[in-house]
Amino acid sequence: MEILVCARRVPDTSENEIQLNSAGNDIERDDLVYSINEPDNYAVEEALQIVAKSGGNVTVATVGTDEDEEILRREMAMGANQGVLLSDDAFNGSDGKGIATVLKGYVQKNKFDLVLTGVQAEDGGAQVGGMLAAMLDYPFASLVNSIEVLDGNKLKISREIEGGNKEMSEIDLPCVLSIQTGINEPRYVGMRGIRQVASVEIPTYGASDLAVDPKSVGENAANVKRDDYFVPALGKGAEILQGSNEEIVAKLIELMKAKGGLQ
Amino acid sequence: MVNCVAILAQAVDWQAPAPYLFVGIQLLGLACFAYIATKRVAPLIRAQSDVRLDRPGLRTQKLLKFWFGQWKHPRYRVAGTLHLLIFAGFLILATRAFYLLTFGFAHDFSAPSAIGRMYDVVADYAATIVFLAVSAAAARRVWFKPERYAVPPKYGKGHPVDAIFLLALIAILMASESLFEATRAAIQMQRGISVEFLPLLSLPWLLKDILASTSLATLWKIHIGAYLLDVLTFYFLLCYRPFGIQFHIETSLFNVFFSKLDRGTVKPVRWEVSESQLDRVKSFGVKKFEDFTWKHMLDFYSCADCGRCSDNCPANAAGRPLSPRFLTIKARDYCFQNFPVFGKSTNGHALVGGIYSEDEIWSCTTCGACEEECPLLIEYIDKIVDLRRGLVDDGNVPKSIQKALKALESRGNPYGKLEKKKADWTKNKEFQQTCDVKILNGSGGAETLFFVDSITSYDDRIQAIGRATARILSSAGEDFAILGAAEKDSGHDVRRFGEEMLFMALRDHNSDAIRDSGVKRIVTSDPHAFNALKHDYKDVPPVEHISQVLAREVKSGKLRLSRIENESNVYTYHDPCYLGRHNQVYDDPRAVLDAIPGLKRVEMQRCRDRSFCCGGGGLMLFYEPKEDERIGVKRVRMAAEAGANVIVTACPFCMVNIEDAIKVAGLEGKMTAIDLAELVDQQLVRQPLQTTSVVEEVLEEMQV
Repeated sequence: MEILVCARRVPDTSENEIQLNSAGNDIERDDLVYSINEPDNYAVEEALQIVAKSGGNVTVATVGTDEDEEILRREMAMGANQGVLLSDDAFNGSDGKGIATVLKGYVQKNKFDLVLTGVQAEDGGAQVGGMLAAMLDYPFASLVNSIEVLDGNKLKISREIEGGNKEMSEIDLPCVLSIQTGINEPRYVGMRGIRQVASVEIPTYGASDLAVDPKSVGENAANVKRDDYFVPALGKGAEILQGSNEEIVAKLIELMKAKGGLQ
Repeated sequence: MVNCVAILAQAVDWQAPAPYLFVGIQLLGLACFAYIATKRVAPLIRAQSDVRLDRPGLRTQKLLKFWFGQWKHPRYRVAGTLHLLIFAGFLILATRAFYLLTFGFAHDFSAPSAIGRMYDVVADYAATIVFLAVSAAAARRVWFKPERYAVPPKYGKGHPVDAIFLLALIAILMASESLFEATRAAIQMQRGISVEFLPLLSLPWLLKDILASTSLATLWKIHIGAYLLDVLTFYFLLCYRPFGIQFHIETSLFNVFFSKLDRGTVKPVRWEVSESQLDRVKSFGVKKFEDFTWKHMLDFYSCADCGRCSDNCPANAAGRPLSPRFLTIKARDYCFQNFPVFGKSTNGHALVGGIYSEDEIWSCTTCGACEEECPLLIEYIDKIVDLRRGLVDDGNVPKSIQKALKALESRGNPYGKLEKKKADWTKNKEFQQTCDVKILNGSGGAETLFFVDSITSYDDRIQAIGRATARILSSAGEDFAILGAAEKDSGHDVRRFGEEMLFMALRDHNSDAIRDSGVKRIVTSDPHAFNALKHDYKDVPPVEHISQVLAREVKSGKLRLSRIENESNVYTYHDPCYLGRHNQVYDDPRAVLDAIPGLKRVEMQRCRDRSFCCGGGGLMLFYEPKEDERIGVKRVRMAAEAGANVIVTACPFCMVNIEDAIKVAGLEGKMTAIDLAELVDQQLVRQPLQTTSVVEEVLEEMQV
């Protein structure tokens, strides 16, 4: 099975102190460290596990600039067969639809049986997967937390629904799936793996390579524009229980019963 | 031999085939042993290389101390004494066994020389003592059953019969030898030849008296029968040894001679492969049995299954899924099964997921208690690290540790905190008034580097240890500074968790920063950083732990300590593994404590080289092991048992674990923990500085 995973490089929330810049329209980006968007990492792991079982290749693609190459290399160190950078000045400032347009161009130039995205980007809005499927006229399923390859070009997939229950579906290939974290346990990528792919050539494709109309992407084509960032004001709501351990436990149980957490 | 044959021919009826029979048995026995031994060597040849021929002088010393001198054995009084007796007996009897097997009873009736007679006396007693010692050892196994020999069900079935069988074989060997001696004496007596002296109360002496009235013909039969039994038992034992724990009789000598010489170090990824060539190594660490080095395989052969390692292992005590003893036993069983004496050898099975579980490999705190205890100097930490390297290489790392490793890669500390905040611990207002900590920027900034490391820089509680250390250094008049944002994690536990390449990157970064700073020496309050800088880093200035500085400066009088406020407190010192066992710093921290007037100190039962780990430092703080009870809780209870209510330690990770454990054990309010540096900082008499300034003032006035 030929699988494409669409990935994105984002500021790593666990290793940064995210602060607004003085203008208030973006976050302070001077001292940030970046890594692959976590759900995308799960998608790559899932792709690798599918390929390990039923054969094929995994390609990881990202829309971005040279700086974004680092996540492609990390995913290649993880086991992906190739990384592809979709980069063009015309792509800068694209909204979700713009990015989906670029990815669509890449998918149409190749032949993929399955396209995976992370459920959402940590700095995004979970748009690209659905739009990409619509543009390609592929079936789409979101929030997928298990995949089983069936005979006859079909997948059996599941997603978690209310109350921790699972909804099982069958979907025809080719399709687009957005992958939920927790679907697997992504493997560790060590320094050694990254060093080994450090000098692998990463193919880069621009608008003309992908037959993407520059006017359909980028800042000018974006219908959604980021306007502002704000930090919610600290509100009241936390209650510190006081007393001996026994008293605290008793109060806590009482509260949980009152709020319906315990029956 | 000719003589032997002649005498035999005169004496017995079945003379003709007897000598051929004996020679035949011996040749067959030797051939069998040679075949089996070759089969046992086979996996060692397919193993990874290992450099074990350096420093032969030091190796010989170790051989004399730990093999010949049985140095570790008395740490377990009863078993150790029995082993010492058996071992000494074996050494003495080896000469006689060789003589007996080579010459049969050829020398029978010729008078031995004076030295020969003396040796015979010693050997007779040796055989008697070995006989009694193996009987006692068997009795212990059958009736007293020391707990450490038990095999928990999760590790399979025990083999108590094997141990008894081995002891019985040795007993038979001793008895047959003694019977041989006794019948010879009895024959001499009946024939009226001068009777060889048999020492009083020895086994031959006892048997001779019993046999005194037996007829000459019967005596001859018993004599030859005893010889036959002795030869058969000897060769059976020889060929049986490579099948179990008894193999250590052969391998122990080599195992001790080739043992690891450098404490606190970790083996390279591959011996004889330099760091710059590592990129060419296809696979890291141990994934299958053949990835072990030959010495580590020899360790598996040498284990006598005495259980001392696991008896001391904190992970095992806390119910984590790790027992060093079974780490070895399982590997040996695997080896015997896959490299059999008869039939074809197989290879290539994954060890983790096969005989080992991932949790088992991550459970080790690398405290070194097992290695400290092993009489045969078997190595465990290097094997654990190699197995972890294999897991890391395959991407099998617990998620919580992955996060920490990722943060170490991008931020240089496991918490993912910003580099620019590394020196924030010095910015405490109250602290800044008493102590100004310089941050090195370029060369020549200071004589001494205070290497702080991640936990002391970023952990709110542990920062206090950093500040105490800085104040002490300043009081001792040290010209010191820190690297600040230029300092990354020492990587000590990154290496011990198997991420060698990341460790190398951290080490190279720090080494450059240290060398560029031009400092002459390094001091740290973190034993893990201390161990890394001392053993894992190359070409950096000499490093000391703060407790060593303290001991020296307290002794020199530069640091004076005031009387303890609450004299009803009872203190106990907990030895951090990487200060104590791995670096042998036991006395300095104790000397500092004893220099505090009025401080009452007790020792826990497990102290110094038998200290019980706090639960593990470094990346172990990020791992959630499966365990029945926290290791730290056990340690805190040990302190309570010793009658202490203050635990003094000298390691930031011990502090984290012990303070947590005090809460978990419900001892809050009854027990506290304090770092040695904090305690000294608290007791420091800060007058010397003032007196100097007073003197200076007086001098200035005089000049005026």
